[in-house]
Amino acid sequence: MRIDRKAPSRAPRPSRRALLAGAGIFSLGFHIPFLARAATRDGAPAAPEVNAWVVVKPDETVVIRVARSEMGQGTLTGLAQLVAEELDCDWARVTTEYPSPGQNLARKRVWGDYSTGGSRGIRDSHEYVRKGGAAARAMLVAAAAKGWGVPAAECRTERGTITHAASGRSTTYGAVAGEAATIEPPKDVALKDPRDWTIAGKPLKRLDTLPKLDGSQVYGIDLKLPGLLNAAIRDCPVTGGGVKSFEAAAVTGMPGVKRVVQVGDSAVAVVADTFWRAKTALDALPIVWDEGPNAKVSSESIAAVLREGLDAEQAFVGNRAGDVAGALKGAAKVVEAVYGVPFQNHATMEPMNATALWTPERCEVWTPTQNGEAALAATADAAGLPATSCEVYKIHLGGGFGRRGATHDWVRQAVLIAREMPGTPVKLIWTREEDMTHGRYHPVTQCRMRAALDTEGNLTGLHMRISGQSILASVAPQRMVEGRDPVTFQGLNPGGPEAAIGYTIPNILVDHAMRNPHILPGFWRGVNLNPNAIYLECFMDELAHATGQDPLAFRLKLMGNHPKHRAVLEAVAERIGWDRKPPEGVFRGICQTMGFGSYVAGAAEVSVSDAGELKIHRIVAATDPGHAVNPQQIDAQVAGSFVYGLSAALYGACTVKDGRIEQTNFDSYPVMRMDAMPAVETILMPSGGFWGGVGEPTIAVAAPAVLNAVFAATGKRVRHLPLKDTDLRRA
Amino acid sequence: MARLTVNGVVREVDAEPDTPLLWVIREQIGLTGTKYGCGIAQCGACTVHVDGAAVRACSLPLSAIETGQKIVTIEGLAPGMDHPVQQAWAELDVPQCGFCQPGMIMASAALLAQTPRPSEEQIRAEITNICRCGTYNRVLAGIKLAAERGQSG
Repeated sequence: MRIDRKAPSRAPRPSRRALLAGAGIFSLGFHIPFLARAATRDGAPAAPEVNAWVVVKPDETVVIRVARSEMGQGTLTGLAQLVAEELDCDWARVTTEYPSPGQNLARKRVWGDYSTGGSRGIRDSHEYVRKGGAAARAMLVAAAAKGWGVPAAECRTERGTITHAASGRSTTYGAVAGEAATIEPPKDVALKDPRDWTIAGKPLKRLDTLPKLDGSQVYGIDLKLPGLLNAAIRDCPVTGGGVKSFEAAAVTGMPGVKRVVQVGDSAVAVVADTFWRAKTALDALPIVWDEGPNAKVSSESIAAVLREGLDAEQAFVGNRAGDVAGALKGAAKVVEAVYGVPFQNHATMEPMNATALWTPERCEVWTPTQNGEAALAATADAAGLPATSCEVYKIHLGGGFGRRGATHDWVRQAVLIAREMPGTPVKLIWTREEDMTHGRYHPVTQCRMRAALDTEGNLTGLHMRISGQSILASVAPQRMVEGRDPVTFQGLNPGGPEAAIGYTIPNILVDHAMRNPHILPGFWRGVNLNPNAIYLECFMDELAHATGQDPLAFRLKLMGNHPKHRAVLEAVAERIGWDRKPPEGVFRGICQTMGFGSYVAGAAEVSVSDAGELKIHRIVAATDPGHAVNPQQIDAQVAGSFVYGLSAALYGACTVKDGRIEQTNFDSYPVMRMDAMPAVETILMPSGGFWGGVGEPTIAVAAPAVLNAVFAATGKRVRHLPLKDTDLRRA
Repeated sequence: MARLTVNGVVREVDAEPDTPLLWVIREQIGLTGTKYGCGIAQCGACTVHVDGAAVRACSLPLSAIETGQKIVTIEGLAPGMDHPVQQAWAELDVPQCGFCQPGMIMASAALLAQTPRPSEEQIRAEITNICRCGTYNRVLAGIKLAAERGQSG
């Protein structure tokens, strides 16, 4: 295995103890993941950490530790920028390192939360990582000042050097790092005003690009260990079912096959020398399933349950003001429509995988995860060992999008397989088919919109009844609030800094009739903000057209109390030229929402051919995330959001038949490719004073902007996704 | 035993004849830059060059490789990462998670070898690899930049 000195692209090797407990085939020296003040295996003293976040080596290399996971979103670089900014180090000498979840446990969670989801990577940790950088800087300065016998306050820092002007002395961080490590950390440190930033806030190149250009980046699926075996798995196609029987003898003689094992109640795995041989044998393995109580469920039966919820009496309230029933009763005009979205698979490019090494005393797991601590908990649980006897090494992720964060089902499987083969490391890789049919799907919901309008066309009342699946009820029931799933109301909340509605409507009711089918839901990039923005923003468009008003002007009338929502909407309107006619044959749509702490808006220009073929020519997207740590990465996230959001809106649907997901690969679950990719113009307008996320919010405006433009082009209102199911030819 | 020429080196491999080239490259030869994404030639993460042409190695059995055919993987595309496509990718910070990028780069390099100045329509039609992070616009810009460099250099 190529050893790359940049930590996140390097796969840590197993601990000596675990490997020595194995079959005795391991005779190499082993890299032990960093320990404070430890010696390296060749006996040379390792560079001491200045504090938990910063190590400065004698050669002036600055190692910044990053607890959150990098999965393409740029958080690794962004968090390093924040630390480096306060540290005043030389950015050209910065590298990064993942502290392991076990080390976090052993050091009383000194690195805080490892969870990398909800667009929280930067916005939830910016303060303590900046303080970590500032504290390290203070300790380095104190060490130099002590050596010189001068007051620390008289010293200045710049790009990794410390100078004392009065005495004309200077030194480097690397020279004093050892001494700094012995200095008492400051109790409190002042942070820079973001207006003074020189590293943070700048469009710097990513730190992790180069290994991704020559194949040297190690992803979980690429991990190599001495004596490694490979496993392929098949879980019961119907969730809730299990294994009735299987004929191991039919495949045990096949090339490379080592073991056939049942995994829990519902899955069977084949372990072989190579993955291909494991998969080949698994394909030949006769398995009889007990498909359980859900074997008759279909998309149609789920839709019927959800339709019933649209009229159900009981519903959880997310936003209520005034008297909606009264407003609807007294309205000059009532407009009503029902919308719906299907299940979606995350479809990360790298399928789920984990490598596990189990002995009766210790269990180690190498896996791509969005939450190392949750992976450690899953490991300990499956291993039957205390977490202190387990370790998880986070390997680079080939995409996450929420699939690799909240549940670690694949880790559990890998550990259960490894338990059958003590001392032998086993890598479990899901086939694309396993991945596609055993996801944690974007929840299925329907929504009935009812609006009350007065004689002037003003919106006087709005009832949004969401019916369908709750993510938290399945994934994190402890986060439910009196039976209610607050995540369901993303973007529709009456206020607050996270996900508030951008309109003031005198009478409003947003409620949720919870209906949970057996297909397991998960946090899918953008989460509930996606459907909620489609429901609200397409319906606002409907109301504007129903009352003969311009869709932008109709919205702005309701946005007087929502200046940030309004600012991003006006920004996209201006850039796309809303007040001017679009080119011949081109039509526009517009929308806005707020989620994950940020304000976003989108505008689209589309055309639809006589044959009903949609072409998206141009997208304009505005985002106000409060503070922008790396504008070029935000631009990449915004552009990428349209690929993810439009893949779902245009093509994506996971449907259910006989209790199982019908789509098995990218041929039946198509996603956007370059031929359909529109130009995306990003307007980044950080207004300061708050910290919002950027990985997810823009996804929510992708679909409504395009769907509203499609209506403008065709007069057809697409209310049920994906759009490919609608004939767009002009009637 | 089959003989393969991979990145200029002749390798003896011990695999069943129906083993896809992808898994031979990854598991027998040990070059893991070539990725598994779908197994049915849909996503292009496994793209390698066989005699200069981009092929999807997940759907090409070992038995289909003829003696003497030259296979090039991402690891062997250019020494020192100095292929114009890799250079353009570095300049524009194209990758996000990066998992699809070896395939993207190999597909793009093969396109430019065949069509040094492709039109935007040609690029959009020829590069059909899937990226879920959504790097398409930077991939497009990267190919255009590499094409310009290829012309001037």
